[in-house]
Amino acid sequence: MFERKIFSRKVSWTAAAAAIAGLAAVAPVKAEDTVKVGLILPMTGGQASTGKQIENAIKLYMQQKGDTVAGKKVEIILKDDGAVPDKTKTAAQELIVNDKVNFIAGFGVTPAALAAAPLATQAKIPEVVMAAGTSIITERSPYIVRTSFTLAQSSTIIADWAVKNGIKKVATLTSDYAPGNDALNFFKQNFTAGGGEVVEEVKTPLANPDFAPFLQRMKDAKPDAIFVFVPAGQGGNFMKQYAERGLDKAGIKVIGPGDVTDDDLLNNMGDAVLGTVTAHLYSAAHPSQMNKDFVAAYKKAFGNRPGFMAVSGYDGIHLIYEALKKTNGDTDGTKLIEAMKGQKWESPRGPISIDPETRDIVQNIYIRKVEKVDGELYNVEFATFEAVKDLGKTKK
Amino acid sequence: MTAILTNLFDGVAYGMLLFVLACGLAVTLGLMNFVNLAHGAFAMAGGYVCMVLVNRMGWPFFAALPLAFVSSAAIGIALERTLYRHLYTRSHLDQVLFTIGLTFMSVAAVDYIQGSSRVFINLPAALQGQFDVFGVGIGRYRLMIIVICGLLTIALQMVLAKTRFGSRLRAAVDDPRAASGLGINVPQVFAFTFAFGCGLAGLGGALSAEILGLDPYFPLKFMIYFLIVVTVGGSSSITGPFLASLLLGIGDVAGKYYVPKMGPFVIYTMMIVILIWRPNGLFGRTAAR
Repeated sequence: MFERKIFSRKVSWTAAAAAIAGLAAVAPVKAEDTVKVGLILPMTGGQASTGKQIENAIKLYMQQKGDTVAGKKVEIILKDDGAVPDKTKTAAQELIVNDKVNFIAGFGVTPAALAAAPLATQAKIPEVVMAAGTSIITERSPYIVRTSFTLAQSSTIIADWAVKNGIKKVATLTSDYAPGNDALNFFKQNFTAGGGEVVEEVKTPLANPDFAPFLQRMKDAKPDAIFVFVPAGQGGNFMKQYAERGLDKAGIKVIGPGDVTDDDLLNNMGDAVLGTVTAHLYSAAHPSQMNKDFVAAYKKAFGNRPGFMAVSGYDGIHLIYEALKKTNGDTDGTKLIEAMKGQKWESPRGPISIDPETRDIVQNIYIRKVEKVDGELYNVEFATFEAVKDLGKTKK
Repeated sequence: MTAILTNLFDGVAYGMLLFVLACGLAVTLGLMNFVNLAHGAFAMAGGYVCMVLVNRMGWPFFAALPLAFVSSAAIGIALERTLYRHLYTRSHLDQVLFTIGLTFMSVAAVDYIQGSSRVFINLPAALQGQFDVFGVGIGRYRLMIIVICGLLTIALQMVLAKTRFGSRLRAAVDDPRAASGLGINVPQVFAFTFAFGCGLAGLGGALSAEILGLDPYFPLKFMIYFLIVVTVGGSSSITGPFLASLLLGIGDVAGKYYVPKMGPFVIYTMMIVILIWRPNGLFGRTAAR
């Protein structure tokens, strides 16, 4: 009798377990119809313009292409991390564990992208980096893929261009954090290899926007040009003080990766910025039909022109769509990341592809000069370096 | 030699700017013994008012400056009458928590209304660029800052030392009970002083947009500088913060120019050294209150 009781209890437990298993088997059928993308972006704080541009571009893409792909509905879950890595990590955890997302995407700054990397590896889901630009990012997890850029791409190209165009002595001014140091090191490496000389090297603190003393030092060093990398928002301050100090009249040019003349802020900088030569992946003035349509649609929807962050977000969501098409809607993370490797497509910035070995973006880098077109300031492209890989990795 | 003079000039301009931004805080903190960490928010308000007037409504820059002062002062008086005055008798910790909360609210509000990208005020052409005086580069805008802030400092000192209001204020600060017994309307004097301090912050905010940049995070980014100026200067007079501002401004600029590798730390190093030497600030009272 005693035994029978135990036996019957066992039976009921098994029945319950079976019932739960049955329920569990039923539930995912519904969930499988949607694909969730956890989008982690800085929507507040100093990097908010990055977040805003990427969010806008993704909205635009989904308006244009619809929100279903390979029979699945795509759902975006947006979280604001304010570019603080701790918050990025919490947001990624919540998205993966609670919301059961199939992708995490966005990442405004390098530390944010790195903070989420171990989670992507553990959960085996793709992390699509749409903004952060330090070389090492894609090496931190086999599940990271990037649609933005690396600073090595633009910094080495502008160095090569400068050597070939009679710029011999350069002073550098870079922000003292990982991307700034990447920009500086890759620039120096190619510039000195080409016979150029760095006469002055200044790293400015991130939190200090008064460039006056640093610029005075640049002026007294009498270089042919200043190589500058500051985070997008500070470009305007830099250019204004550059003009105030009369460096433009002293014949000192400004060169650098394109962050300093981001399309977002360019029009506010005044005429001092005219003639600045930068190397970058995208300009709102890129002369392809696709880009003209993209810029027009973006302007119509959001009232301002897209910058390079917007185009990175646009390409990021495109890559997610294409990967789903290729796996026929299969949301297994490993299959998705395999499907992303080697993708090639035409973007508003020109032809781009995902390097199958490094999962990093391969793209054209354009040399551009700031000019006035129809009363507005634009980065006008005049030379193209095709299919540039991230040199940060290929050198290893 | 010209490099030294150019740096001296830049340093003085930077110091003057710090002074106008911080002296309102010196007044509330030193004279009224109230810790107002939301001081930067009033500066930001002035900056944004000036930006909207100049950029969106086409006002001339010099006409917008007084309005930056007035609007910040008005916000100051409104908040003083409704919120701040309840906290005069509370502990410093309560005041800190309250004003920090106010700061975060102002950041979020401006972020919501104006967006978080950095804004610039359109300056008249006359204020742009530099001219040379015997090889020393004089920035027009920075020269204007020195002139405006210099005049303001003199006026302020005169008001405090020579006028009836100045003596009432000093009496109200030293012994509020005796002062009100003498017929001085202490709350009114405090309210006016507070508003004036906020107005100065607003003016400073408008002037600093060109040099420090203006975005919703302004109050948080520069709070530390205001506090350094007041602690180094001592909070018992206007002269203390004034000299401290000049010293820190020149030191900061020179540090960044001559030793750029440790540039940002110069200002902190100076603060530590001065505070070890004189714990109550350069012109602090020897006995703590």
